[in-house]
Amino acid sequence: MTPSIQIPADLRLRYLLRLADACLIHAQRQSEWCGHGPIIEEDMALTNMSLDLIGQARAVLTHVGQLSGKGYDEDQLAFLREERDYLNPTLVELPGRKAGRDFADAMLRNLMVATWLHLWWQRLQASGDAEVAAIAGKAVKEARYHREHASDWVIRLGDGSDESARRMRDALARLWPYGTELFAADEADAAAVASGLGPSRADLQPDWTAAMLAVLAEAKLAAPAPSKFVPTGSQGVHSEHLGYMLAEMQYLQRAYPGGKW
Amino acid sequence: MSNTQNEWPLWEVFVRPKAGLDHKHCGSLHAPDPKMALQMAREVYTRRLEGTSVWVVRSDQIVASDPADKDMLFDPAEDKVYRHPTFYELPEAVNHM
Repeated sequence: MTPSIQIPADLRLRYLLRLADACLIHAQRQSEWCGHGPIIEEDMALTNMSLDLIGQARAVLTHVGQLSGKGYDEDQLAFLREERDYLNPTLVELPGRKAGRDFADAMLRNLMVATWLHLWWQRLQASGDAEVAAIAGKAVKEARYHREHASDWVIRLGDGSDESARRMRDALARLWPYGTELFAADEADAAAVASGLGPSRADLQPDWTAAMLAVLAEAKLAAPAPSKFVPTGSQGVHSEHLGYMLAEMQYLQRAYPGGKW
Repeated sequence: MSNTQNEWPLWEVFVRPKAGLDHKHCGSLHAPDPKMALQMAREVYTRRLEGTSVWVVRSDQIVASDPADKDMLFDPAEDKVYRHPTFYELPEAVNHM
């Protein structure tokens, strides 16, 4: 059994891990649709987008590994941390296809996440860290497509049949409260702004909210009232769902140390 | 039997591999409307960097020749080699003919 790795306490690493882990865990959840999409083209769309996200996570994790000064590679960072060291927002670890959740949840979550990541990547293109800026330059195109794809579906389903609109409303009630965390900035954001690494996540909120409300209006869905609930995944305190995901994700690296494709 | 009433219409997909080349037919798919047809074509047919441009056309909008007429339509051209412009002397400077 391979032991876990420790991440040095460093605000820059913390900021970048939040980005990488959002991509990584979102990719893992979304990839669960593989073989279960409503139509084969959509099945491929969801897996294609998951692969985009894994590519983004790999790039950022590789960079984090170099910055850590410990020589960690992307696999170690992706698969050998303890649950508390994963800094993704809780939204992306919520079950995707089980526990009464369906395709409407998948599309709405992807809209929330892709809109957020798109805004974040846009600003990261101007990062003072050249590596981060380069990763953002590629990722921003992918995120824009994810956002378009998801808003298309949310509008179709929200403004579709009675059944599809009901499912979209249910998904909205389930997921909307988790959006608050995407903008819960702390000292890592302040440090990123000060060093020119990237924006504070709090600064993404006005654009995100405006974009989301525009899509919801077109989808004829009422936006839920702002929530006071702020999940804590990006502080490392996760819902009960992440542990099961990590068990599945980490099994190979733990059982076969250094295993490669 | 599938219920054809509820089935999405069929679209033909054409992909242009790079600027300057023609769009080539590469397959078909079912989609509810033009926008989604284009999006799905992108997902299914350009995953390996095959294209720089995609066209989709409703299959029922394509007017096709009847395979049964193949002999009548195409065989008459078979013995008319003089229609190929191969009997001209081309100047050295003319390329790509």
